[in-house]
Amino acid sequence: MREWQSWPRFRYEAELDLRFPEEVASMPGGRALFACIQCGTCSGTCPLATYMDYSPRKIIAMTRAGFKEEVLHSFTIWLCASCYACAVECPRKIKITDFMAELKQRAIQEGVDPKRFPVAVLAREFFEAVRKRGRSTESLLVLRLYAKTNPVQILSQALLGWRLLRKGRFSLRAESVKNRQQIEQLLRAVDAAKATAFIDKLAREVRREVAYR
Amino acid sequence: MKYLYYPGCSLKGTNRAYEESVLASFHALNIELEELEDWNCCGATAYMAVDEMKSFALAARNLALAERQGQDGSPTLIAPCSGCYLVLSKTQHYMEEYSEVSRTIDGALQAARLSYARTVHVRHPLDILVNEIGIPQISSKVQRPLRGLKVACYYGCQIVRPYAAFDDQVNPKTMDHLMRALGAETVDWPLKTRCCGGSLMGTLPDVGVPLSYILLKEALKRGAHVVATACPLCQFNLECYQDKMSRQFQERVEIPVVYFTQLLGLALGVPERQLGMHRLLVPFTLARGGARLHA
Ligand code: SF4
Ligand code: SF4
Repeated sequence: MREWQSWPRFRYEAELDLRFPEEVASMPGGRALFACIQCGTCSGTCPLATYMDYSPRKIIAMTRAGFKEEVLHSFTIWLCASCYACAVECPRKIKITDFMAELKQRAIQEGVDPKRFPVAVLAREFFEAVRKRGRSTESLLVLRLYAKTNPVQILSQALLGWRLLRKGRFSLRAESVKNRQQIEQLLRAVDAAKATAFIDKLAREVRREVAYR
Repeated sequence: MKYLYYPGCSLKGTNRAYEESVLASFHALNIELEELEDWNCCGATAYMAVDEMKSFALAARNLALAERQGQDGSPTLIAPCSGCYLVLSKTQHYMEEYSEVSRTIDGALQAARLSYARTVHVRHPLDILVNEIGIPQISSKVQRPLRGLKVACYYGCQIVRPYAAFDDQVNPKTMDHLMRALGAETVDWPLKTRCCGGSLMGTLPDVGVPLSYILLKEALKRGAHVVATACPLCQFNLECYQDKMSRQFQERVEIPVVYFTQLLGLALGVPERQLGMHRLLVPFTLARGGARLHA
């Protein structure tokens, strides 16, 4: 296939997912999405914009217009370093950083996060460690990250690892909280609350549908 | 005086020199820091992508524990790591602003037999030093002034953006004031809040390395002898990848990168070892009389 065939250059309005902007806007503070004036200040401020496939301003515009697939598959959302430079400058006080985080979460939920892409792998590994032990141990996480994405990096970083070890900065002991059970209860309760909220939402939609008929 | 102290994962591992220097320099100022019992990861890790609500829940457990441990009505919790400081403050803001967050988190805390009455103040050590203890008090205790030392003060992204109210978001100055009070000079360095690359340094070095390189290069061009940081990740990125930068950009990049609390401790006369100076990869010591000396 030629490049223009494999890459959707045309998007017809009928293909756009118009529920997507509403879904994203349901996050705390999410209605701000519709207040963006497309001034581009965020893109101009972002130190990572040069590396992104769509600038932050475009991500906002595309989310609003329903380009769900492009947005959730973009590298932009994984490149955002959460530096908040854009959010501070935005004339409409939009928390762009939080939108980026929300889009990452959605990409993971939909299973479209790039599978061996290190940023997404690190996010998952970090979370797993904290879920199990309540704390994270950076040195161990980095090892796992390299093992899962690019084992060659372990070798190329061996020297740095050795220097850190000698300075007492590289620990191989996994840190943990004492009350692990409490962490588990806490996180499980969040899951339960989410499930309830989801069922409530479904029920509301069904009721609305029935009333309409 | 006594405050509660939240170390966070990073200060117990790769960046323990930050913890050592915070504790030692505060001790030299007669301030005691009491570690939060059985603290857990602040939640920054979960926030990165996986689940924001869980990140709030993790942060809230720490706040609840602080409330229990602090004897007075509204305990102050000191968080030196920028990431932790941000997430703990953000959780407080979100619990106040969005009833849905507040309801879910209160429910989760209850399920874990905890409760949080919103009384904790989360503060950064820089804020405490400049706004509680005060510059005059600190300069009166300086034993070895950092005379002749040119410092580039690096605040990084997350201590002044977006929730902190203790300093300006675009051009923060508290660390500059502190360094001058210790006898040092500060260089005018507009990149003081520009992103160092954060965790991209580990995940996508092709993107991370140039970001940190630009910061150091600008600091060197402006004649800085040392970069002072207030964040474990910034310190790690700026210090530990200098070899890599030198190779990638085909020129020697070498400048010590220390914690601002290490410089504070040195000026207060704390022995180097107690400040974790021996853990630096690019060595930094003060010569007699306070002049700069680095190998
Ligand atoms: S700075 Fe704010 S208003 Fe301007 S384009 Fe970005 S999000 Fe929209
Ligand atoms: S928070 Fe993300 S999108 Fe905003 S300026 Fe920083 S890296 Fe760019």
